Amino acid sequence: MTVLVYAETDGVHVKDSTNKAVTAALAISSDVHVLTTADAEGAAKITGVTKVLSASSEALSKDIAEAIEATILPLADAYEAIIFIAGAAGKNAAPRLAAKLDCAFISDVIAVNAPNAFTRPIYAGNALESVETSDAKKIITVRTTSFAAAENGGSAAVETITPAAPAHSATFVSEEMVKSDRPELQGAKRVVSGGRALGSEEEFNKVIVPLADKLGAAVGASRAAVDAGYAPNDYQVGQTGKVVAPELYVAVGISGAIQHLAGMKDSKTIVAINKDPDAPIFAVADFGLVADYKDAVPELMGAL
Amino acid sequence: MKILVPVKRVIDYNVKVRVKTDETGVDLANVKMSMNPFCEIAVEEAVRLKEKGIATEVVAVSIGVTPAQETLRTALAMGADRAILLTTDVDPEPLAVAKLLKAVFEEEKPDAVIMGKQAIDGDNNATGQMLAALLDLPQATFASEVVVEGGKAKVTREVDGGLQTLEVALPAIITVDLRLNEPRFASLPNIMKAKKKPIDIKEASAYGVDLAPHLKVTKVTEPPKRSAGIKVESVGELVAKLKDAGVI
Repeated sequence: MTVLVYAETDGVHVKDSTNKAVTAALAISSDVHVLTTADAEGAAKITGVTKVLSASSEALSKDIAEAIEATILPLADAYEAIIFIAGAAGKNAAPRLAAKLDCAFISDVIAVNAPNAFTRPIYAGNALESVETSDAKKIITVRTTSFAAAENGGSAAVETITPAAPAHSATFVSEEMVKSDRPELQGAKRVVSGGRALGSEEEFNKVIVPLADKLGAAVGASRAAVDAGYAPNDYQVGQTGKVVAPELYVAVGISGAIQHLAGMKDSKTIVAINKDPDAPIFAVADFGLVADYKDAVPELMGAL
Repeated sequence: MKILVPVKRVIDYNVKVRVKTDETGVDLANVKMSMNPFCEIAVEEAVRLKEKGIATEVVAVSIGVTPAQETLRTALAMGADRAILLTTDVDPEPLAVAKLLKAVFEEEKPDAVIMGKQAIDGDNNATGQMLAALLDLPQATFASEVVVEGGKAKVTREVDGGLQTLEVALPAIITVDLRLNEPRFASLPNIMKAKKKPIDIKEASAYGVDLAPHLKVTKVTEPPKRSAGIKVESVGELVAKLKDAGVI
């Protein structure tokens, strides 16, 4: 049967995370449809996609869960699995849809073992759980860092659908987005993160941001740095923030609590700069430098 | 208004979990258990709404084994008025929990449900959304600010890329994020007082909800270990190693 992928977009373009979700979908079925609220042409190009459903409305553009539910529910009979990306929009909408369909919700899937069997991390990534579902329909979110992106080269047909309006829905009031020219944290090849040791927002912007710029990296932060106001919430890497798996992760002044490691320990190469030689971050770092970031980061900038 | 706050007893967030050698699960024997951190934030928010004179009653509810009473006592010591425990020996999936909470909602008829965005054991992030779906109510998830006024709640949410504000007509389901507040510690006098507050204990099975799992856990394993790294002596050596590894 067919699998539906709910695309992630930035409002204009389909994001690379959609290509990764298509890879997961293809592991379930060779017939993959994509539902998108923007850039249907972009979605149609993803190799392996057989049909694109294009739905647009004000509420869908703001990722309102009730609107996503009202759009997908009438289509659900035709699909054996509906895949969302494990970002804020997918996490918000997917469980709602699963409850409406009376099926289990399988979150943060990192591997598709069979069309009805999946692996997912639990306990902040300290254990991996393999599950088999007895439901006819599978509603899942996929952790895109675990799947390679499907290439662009296809040309699927696009069908425009008119979304139904939800009956009891939250309404959009306003949004405040962090503007950034740097690569997006979750898709970035390199990430530079700062922690509590930075001590202030000024210091974070003076030390972490230029190093990230020099490396062409996205900026991340530990929960301590975010809670202290050194960096915006959106920068948080960890169990309850974003999960990243870049080629290079540089942790500056981050001790490496369990909850932080949950968000970055699948990075290919991890560098830690910390003056405490016993910091837990050194247990996962490929290259650790015991030094005060105040000396090490400027020297590193000079050497790059 | 009346607020219902579901809370969950989970392994303490500071404990490093161990996977059982037979790969059937995580070893929870003799491990410190606590209230899920997100649930604490939910209780705190409900109690603050009461202190502001907006909420009139805060009811904490938990579903699970009998020792979950301790978790409810913590909620009562933080300021909840009374508690409900639905006992069950199985570890219900989020869908079953949502169905039980729906039954409690229909009995209690609260004006809002405030709950954590995820439990740190299953890391599902699903129960609140499922409850909203089953009750056909609006949802506002990952809240970092909640303003209740005139039968509505204005909720600022943490989303990818920044913050989003939604308005929901009450009753609604609100799930809370880390940044919403700093939960209080229960003082000793309040812990003593909490012992006198009522906990209504019922069997979950009495609600006629099918608790049978939809998912069969086939195995639980350790995540792959990272190979041991090295400590470098200088920035120069670090840069050389990174170049050798081809990452810069």
